[in-house]
Amino acid sequence: MLALGALVAALFLAALAIGPAGAGPFQSLSALVGGDGGPLTLIMREIRLPRALLGVMVGASLGLSGAAMQGYLRNPLAEPGLIGVSASAALGAVLAIHTGIAATVALGLPAMALAGALVGTGLVVALAGPRGTSLTLILAGIAISALAGALTSLVLNLSPNPYAANEIVFWMMGSLADRSMRHVWLALPLMGAGWVLLATLARGLDALTLGEDAAAAMGIRPARLRLALIGGTACVVGAATAVAGTIGFVGLVVPHLLRPAVGARPGRLLWASALGGAAMVLAADIAVRVILPERDLKLGVLTALVGAPLFLHLIYRTRREMA
Amino acid sequence: MTVLSLDALSVSLRGRPVLRDATLSVGAGELVGLIGPNGAGKTTLMRAALGLLGARGRSSLAALPARERARTAAWMPQSREIAWPVTVETLVMLGRLPHMAGGQRPAAADHASVDRALARMELDPLRHRTATRLSGGEQARVLIARALAQETPLILADEPIAGLDPAYQIATMQTFAGLAASGHAVVVSLHDLPLAARHCTRLVMMDRGRIVADGAPDAVLTPERLAEVFHVRALHRQTEEGPIFQPIEVIR
Repeated sequence: MLALGALVAALFLAALAIGPAGAGPFQSLSALVGGDGGPLTLIMREIRLPRALLGVMVGASLGLSGAAMQGYLRNPLAEPGLIGVSASAALGAVLAIHTGIAATVALGLPAMALAGALVGTGLVVALAGPRGTSLTLILAGIAISALAGALTSLVLNLSPNPYAANEIVFWMMGSLADRSMRHVWLALPLMGAGWVLLATLARGLDALTLGEDAAAAMGIRPARLRLALIGGTACVVGAATAVAGTIGFVGLVVPHLLRPAVGARPGRLLWASALGGAAMVLAADIAVRVILPERDLKLGVLTALVGAPLFLHLIYRTRREMA
Repeated sequence: MTVLSLDALSVSLRGRPVLRDATLSVGAGELVGLIGPNGAGKTTLMRAALGLLGARGRSSLAALPARERARTAAWMPQSREIAWPVTVETLVMLGRLPHMAGGQRPAAADHASVDRALARMELDPLRHRTATRLSGGEQARVLIARALAQETPLILADEPIAGLDPAYQIATMQTFAGLAASGHAVVVSLHDLPLAARHCTRLVMMDRGRIVADGAPDAVLTPERLAEVFHVRALHRQTEEGPIFQPIEVIR
């Protein structure tokens, strides 16, 4: 846990220090803190600081909600997008680009994405019912994800010109480039509320190790647990998608990777995964700047490229353990 | 002292009555065996008593607030679910959850009761093993230890000895009998009539959602009821080794 915290801090500093402006790390950091009003201070405060902060926030959100979702469903293959939040947030964002709201209204895109997440989550809750089981929740989530995906494709299909389509596709790949402090302030309250909601799950998720019936008999209220899970995930993933696009594999791989380190306890895994997610997104965001600085490599593409083989390795290891 | 009292508890699922007017009172010191053919309503009775199912009628347990109920009764469902590869010790510690405030670390008292539960189920050598990698019988014992660690006056267990070898079946029944003797109340559902006859202080026989007999094993396991409810004929002898009960043949 301490090691993870130190890793996140180190990566955060690295994310601040590395960039195309070509200033040394110490020079950059002192410009950030000191603030001599020069161009470097401007770069640090307006470009790199929000980018690094969003990296931590988005990563922590994805890791935390992934761990919560896996704990609740008692399935290591669950991920935060399962209940349709990211797909419906993406649909909102795509609509914002398509209708031009994104270009004309300040923060129009993230606001529309949040609205999409809200509508999608509302539909999932309504579909799954207040007292349903985890199965109805998954089914409702899959249905809403599919619907949102289909509508996103429809918008792309009907897109009037290739530039709009291009913009939509690039947005959907997920990125932290060119974000401002306004994005941070938009996402932070929602993410904060979501983190608090998800943190209250620790005890319930631990009890769920013994199954829903045994957990209920131990004083865990299943309906409340579920509502906190859905609400928390909607807040953090909705806000993350709104400011950064869809970034896959973090919520799936990070909890899986850290599970052995916390003795597989789902409650402890929540915080470990939040730190792990922040570290992974920061590292990936540094990597996109270092590997191909001039080609604008998208963050979501990189996390999937790294995440998928990592996941294959984990499956291979699991298979060997089972044999 | 009465630990559990049910009054005309009834459950209908999809308009079909699965539990009808169950009235039952269990006191400290009793090991109650809940017997009956498949589908007789044994699990439903226990889940409704715990308030895990919507039911008509009254259950003293279901009327308690969730936290208070968890300190009064431990529940072992029939499905022996262990979702994550946690250690045996961690799993048994989950039984202490109702005694801990949110986010609180286990105190010395919690560790002590986990130690007692592990010792009682002879699980000390397995303490640091991963629970999901144990054999089915070992997992069953770990889950019993988890319920013991909850240290409640009442334990409800749904077929706790199914799938155990004869030695552990007997040992488990003796553990429950020991708990009852030390002032707990234990309600177990089981299909093994010989073990029920031998170890339970009282049997409750169910058939098609109703309680059809309630009393001492000898009084409940009459040839007529066995024929009517279980469709079997059994040999029932009092010996120096205690009561011997053995179903012999099916009668239809």
